[in-house]
Amino acid sequence: MDRDFGLTEDQREILAAVREFVREKAAPAAPGYEEKHELPRDLFRRLGEMGLAGIPYDERYGGAGQPFLTYLTVLEEVASGFFSLALTLSVHHLSASGLHRFGSDSLKEKYLPRLCSGEWLGAYALSEASSGSDAASLRTRADRSGDGSSYRLTGSKRFITHGGEAEYYLVMARTGGEGPSGISAFVIERGWEGFDFGKLEEKMGWHASPMRELLFEGCQVPAENLVGDEGEGFTIALAGLDSGRLGIAACSTGLAQAAFDAAVAFARERSQFGKPIIEFQGLQFMLADMATQIEAARRLYREVGRLRDAGGDYSQAASMAKLFASDTAMRVTTDAVQVHGGYGYMQEYPVERYMREAKALQIVEGTNQIQRMVIGRRLASS
Amino acid sequence: MDFQLSEDHITTQKWVHEFAEKEIRPVAAQYDETEEFPWPVIKKAAEIGLYSLEFYMESVAQDPTGLVLPIAMEETCWGCAGIALGIFGTGLPLSALAYSGTPDQIMKWAPQMFGTPNEPRVASLCVTEPNAGSDVSALRTSARRDGDEWVLNGQKIFATNGGQAKVHIVVATVDPNLGHRGQAAFIVGPDTPGLRPGKKEKKLGIRASDTSEILLEECRVPLDNVVGGPEKLEAKMEKARSSSTKQSAALKAFEMTRPSVAAQAVGIARAAFEFATQYAKERNTFGRPIIEHEGVAFKLADMAMEIDAARLLTYRAAWLARNGTFEHAEGSMSKLKAGETAVWVTEQAVQILGGYGYIKDFPVEKWYRDAKIYTIFEGTSEIQRIVISRALARN
Repeated sequence: MDRDFGLTEDQREILAAVREFVREKAAPAAPGYEEKHELPRDLFRRLGEMGLAGIPYDERYGGAGQPFLTYLTVLEEVASGFFSLALTLSVHHLSASGLHRFGSDSLKEKYLPRLCSGEWLGAYALSEASSGSDAASLRTRADRSGDGSSYRLTGSKRFITHGGEAEYYLVMARTGGEGPSGISAFVIERGWEGFDFGKLEEKMGWHASPMRELLFEGCQVPAENLVGDEGEGFTIALAGLDSGRLGIAACSTGLAQAAFDAAVAFARERSQFGKPIIEFQGLQFMLADMATQIEAARRLYREVGRLRDAGGDYSQAASMAKLFASDTAMRVTTDAVQVHGGYGYMQEYPVERYMREAKALQIVEGTNQIQRMVIGRRLASS
Repeated sequence: MDFQLSEDHITTQKWVHEFAEKEIRPVAAQYDETEEFPWPVIKKAAEIGLYSLEFYMESVAQDPTGLVLPIAMEETCWGCAGIALGIFGTGLPLSALAYSGTPDQIMKWAPQMFGTPNEPRVASLCVTEPNAGSDVSALRTSARRDGDEWVLNGQKIFATNGGQAKVHIVVATVDPNLGHRGQAAFIVGPDTPGLRPGKKEKKLGIRASDTSEILLEECRVPLDNVVGGPEKLEAKMEKARSSSTKQSAALKAFEMTRPSVAAQAVGIARAAFEFATQYAKERNTFGRPIIEHEGVAFKLADMAMEIDAARLLTYRAAWLARNGTFEHAEGSMSKLKAGETAVWVTEQAVQILGGYGYIKDFPVEKWYRDAKIYTIFEGTSEIQRIVISRALARN
């Protein structure tokens, strides 16, 4: 089966380079970074040098000018070797996408080249302690100064990937009244006065992807760092999430593939009752289901990527891809542990880590319950 | 037929629950983090008599319903499954000893497995090897007779309590030509030369539980230390040489302990379910508690139902283990259902907590990690399905 069926020559060439990088550099380094709970900044920088930190963005801002589909296939490939590194790329992309689509030319010229080169790392800040799925209820305030030249940010953000590590933050805050129309988006740099970081989250997995609280205590942000118009922030945030969901679908597929490959290799080598366990039908059927689900997840996210590249309305389809691929990753990684038996539960083998990594995929960028809401509401309204 | 628990059961339930709530739950996260063996908790359990030979010999053995042990297991695992395995891990070698041992052996070794309330000890049953997990008949650890001693050689892995135990019961092959019927269990007493713990495993969950490699190099034990005695072993092997295969005693003993393992899984599931329900009542999204959104409410309804179903299968199997026998693999059914339920319920609980489910500020992610072992150890889910389906083919 040609896994890359339907991709252009150009895309295949890029993937070949990425595969080599993943095999030679990223995958061997993954366990070390996970163990140390350290962001693989050097590997991210290397992705930047390869032109992979801004794949779908305009060439005039330093992007690669590639279709979104190219970016998704790269994410899948990286995730199959070093999951947290793919996550870094995905969150970086999410943070830049709102600026790329809605930002003023001068703001784009100022920040995008540094993001596309991989010199700077981006973070996306929407969630707060009491507003997760219900993001429109966020409370961080951004009050415009009397002369209109700046905003003062006060409040905090929770569960922010790259918090404290990134140089660039796309932050959603309330400039107006309650509800989604009172929210605006800002670009904020690390090091600005009144902008600090809270505690590092201790998580079940994703250890090489640090997550911190962001604290704003009267942080002054110049008015030109407002992305789009006042009140447009929630639209910007959601547009980013539509793309982000496809990214998570691609990451999920890569993670599932890694777990599946490990399970097949183990099942071929491990003998019980006088034959390799892969020859037992109960196990073979489990592997057959895993393979089928992974291939379906891959076809789905790639097709929705093509829909996005063609300019179609892909919001509902992106939710479907994220829901299906992350549920697949959860099931496949759990079954990969099961195929390994006792060995699967030990940290000596990678599959218990894959299983811990998969769980968060059903939670981030909109829980799978929110994806079902997005899909279901469209059905109810049309 | 009566579905009410007796006064005695309810007393046991309250007694163990109180201990789990006061002494286990508050330190669960700490032991999960450090992976240390919970000796202080075991000492407290020994002081109140929960960790004691008397608990097994009186409360458990004299309970006509078979429910006392599962009830105690569920409550302890509600506190922390890793710590519970420290407390109940000695039950495994004890049952191997009690099931086939001579009265003299039981009198001599059972007290040594537990130590005293002031100085508690634990024991370990060593069965699994690198190439013999589900396939117990493939054991390579050997027991060679040399005069009035047995000489044990081999490598055991994944032994619960292995690195902490004073008394080890080691399953080894005496006659490799007889498959599992050529195997026997050997008692290795405290500080016997030739037995040493190897690598201690780092695990996904149940991290308070010691899971260790045990290395046996020319480990010599007295002839009488074969469980059941040397005459019985000789008679068993003689019979095996002349007759066709029957189910081994070891496997039958495993089958009898399955409801207890199932009850542990139910305890974890219930802990996560209770926590998620409370959270769903308190957490607001879109202007109301999330328990009022059907997407969450229906999940909780299914969780409640699955836990009850698993517990009822567990109680039935526990009752049958005491009052009859398994005709339709009821023990395996209880373990399979409870293990799968624990994984599913704890996963749903993480999902209900959302981002808070994934971080270590809350206990739910730990319960999820702990639960997965219940589809693997004491017979994987696949082995349970083999046992159940073979019963179908046989009946």
